[in-house]
Amino acid sequence: MSLNKKLVDMDYLLNEAPREKHFITGAQAMSEAVKRASVDMAIAYPITPQSEVMHLVGDIYAQGHIKEYYRAEEELGTMSAIAGAARAGVRLFTATSGPGLLRGLEAIVSWPGHRVPCVLGVLTRVINAPLSIQPDNIEMAYLMHSGIIMLHAENQQDTFDMTLAAFAITEKVDVYIPVSVSTEGFFVTHAKGYVEMMSEELAFTENDPYHAPVPAMDNEVPPARIQRDAPVQKSNFMSYLIHSVWQQEIWDSNRRAMKYIYQYLGGPIEVQNPGSDVMLVASGCAAAQAREANRYAQEEGLSVGFVKVRSIRPWPKDEIRAALKGSKAIIVPEHNIIGWLCKEVQASIPNSGDVIEGPRVYGGMTLPVELIMTEIYDALGMKSETLQA
Amino acid sequence: MSKKITVGPVGYMPQSAPSMGVELSPEGKALLYGNIVDEKEAMRDAAKALLTMDNPTIFPGPQVLWDWRDDVADKSAAILELASEIPNCKIIPMPDYRPKYPKIDVKAEINPNHPNLTILDNKIKACVFIGVHCHYANLTLRMIRAGTSCYTVAMCAMMGHEEAMASLRDVHADNILAFRDVVIEVRNELGIEHTPTMPPENPSLPKEDWGSLTPADYGEYRSLIMSRKGEHVAEVE
Repeated sequence: MSLNKKLVDMDYLLNEAPREKHFITGAQAMSEAVKRASVDMAIAYPITPQSEVMHLVGDIYAQGHIKEYYRAEEELGTMSAIAGAARAGVRLFTATSGPGLLRGLEAIVSWPGHRVPCVLGVLTRVINAPLSIQPDNIEMAYLMHSGIIMLHAENQQDTFDMTLAAFAITEKVDVYIPVSVSTEGFFVTHAKGYVEMMSEELAFTENDPYHAPVPAMDNEVPPARIQRDAPVQKSNFMSYLIHSVWQQEIWDSNRRAMKYIYQYLGGPIEVQNPGSDVMLVASGCAAAQAREANRYAQEEGLSVGFVKVRSIRPWPKDEIRAALKGSKAIIVPEHNIIGWLCKEVQASIPNSGDVIEGPRVYGGMTLPVELIMTEIYDALGMKSETLQA
Repeated sequence: MSKKITVGPVGYMPQSAPSMGVELSPEGKALLYGNIVDEKEAMRDAAKALLTMDNPTIFPGPQVLWDWRDDVADKSAAILELASEIPNCKIIPMPDYRPKYPKIDVKAEINPNHPNLTILDNKIKACVFIGVHCHYANLTLRMIRAGTSCYTVAMCAMMGHEEAMASLRDVHADNILAFRDVVIEVRNELGIEHTPTMPPENPSLPKEDWGSLTPADYGEYRSLIMSRKGEHVAEVE
């Protein structure tokens, strides 16, 4: 079904097209972005606890916004099918979460090396036993060393904008690796927030699979058999060095994506009051809580600043270092037990001992602003008046 | 100019150019030793290398070897014109990206999985990559920089390559001819006398008799061509 949309470039779509405010869930926001992205094919195993995203994408497929929807048998099949479909040169979307992400991980971590451009929604939830379907973003730690570009959405608006931008970034010829857009399950996916969206009559320019750093496999048009054959599986006939430089190339591609994160999303971080005595660094919906804690702190006249990290990969080391320069304490609130964001921050700055490891909540626990305020008071040597009873 | 990217060999495990801070040049500019410069400056340095270093060679890739797009024929013809203006220039193709079984014929082709074999065996000290898909060009250029002393020129239809000593971007037929003109200009400045000469035939390839070609002559590529009426091509990869 063709809906005769007006195709426009991503700069116009994201930054210039008129928008209207809607009150929708995070899952709807991701689906609405997919609706405007000229997606050729969605593939998923849309199990219910994940979120409604792939169900809603099924709806927009039925409405004609997407050309194909393939419901796979399980997540390894889903992610493998993504790799296969990418070789046919189509624009792809899938989403998963928690245990599903880990089940598909073997295929997912092969996507960058196979130069698979696609967008992966990660609607985070608990993965560890005891089994739970509550929000917790520990699964993002497993993606951090895969080569995939990782964006982390604070709220419904971020989810919409980042998902749209991801489709442009993943197909850049100097990038051409997958982009994941993560946001917290339930806290964002199931909760409603205001999202400013452009008309659904507009859509992102269609994919050109020949504008790519690798050959698209097209059996009708030469060079057809010059496809992405897998030399890594034929190591007796290749130099081991190619595997090394191939891995480098994936991380170089990841690095090259940074300029597009500036172009489409305004940069990998947002900073308020840089160089304050206490800096809050957070990503995802923890950033929403940290933002609110920062507002409280400003009302109380405290020297507190806030850094929201939009891009986990590529990691904005220089930007983080500049924003935290001069601060005496750095607080990193997170929705996981291991503190993957905290470790990244510690590794990025010379004064890693000033990083306070927490507060952290997990297993579905919410992150009260008061918990962050307690850390702020402690860092400033003030008596905490909250949560002490 | 400080050279961020230099002629190799830079060592056993090369550091990638992007990780060393080299960024692709914007439109209208080029890269020279990892620095963003005017196109003309990069072209002149590349031309001098091709004119003064041993065994200059052009490595055309699949995107200019197969006539699969409208602009390919013009581009390929321009490459031949460029080659004809470089004394002793050879053309060795990179027809595909698959590892060669059981051993590559280094006189006949170059392959991204082991490009150094062709560079070293032919004692190539300056080369041009053109029409190679960017991913494979990046891998190949880095491996050449790691293990050989060959000056590399990338003529890219897209955004260019950080790994090459000289990288030209958005290169199409007109740009190749502009580079040819720069080669002639630098050649005259250097006082090198040369009559345009087409590169030699690839010595490893048998003479082709177009009149008696059969699908079998296409070897592994036979599945690309139309089968004859009544013929059933049963054996394909």
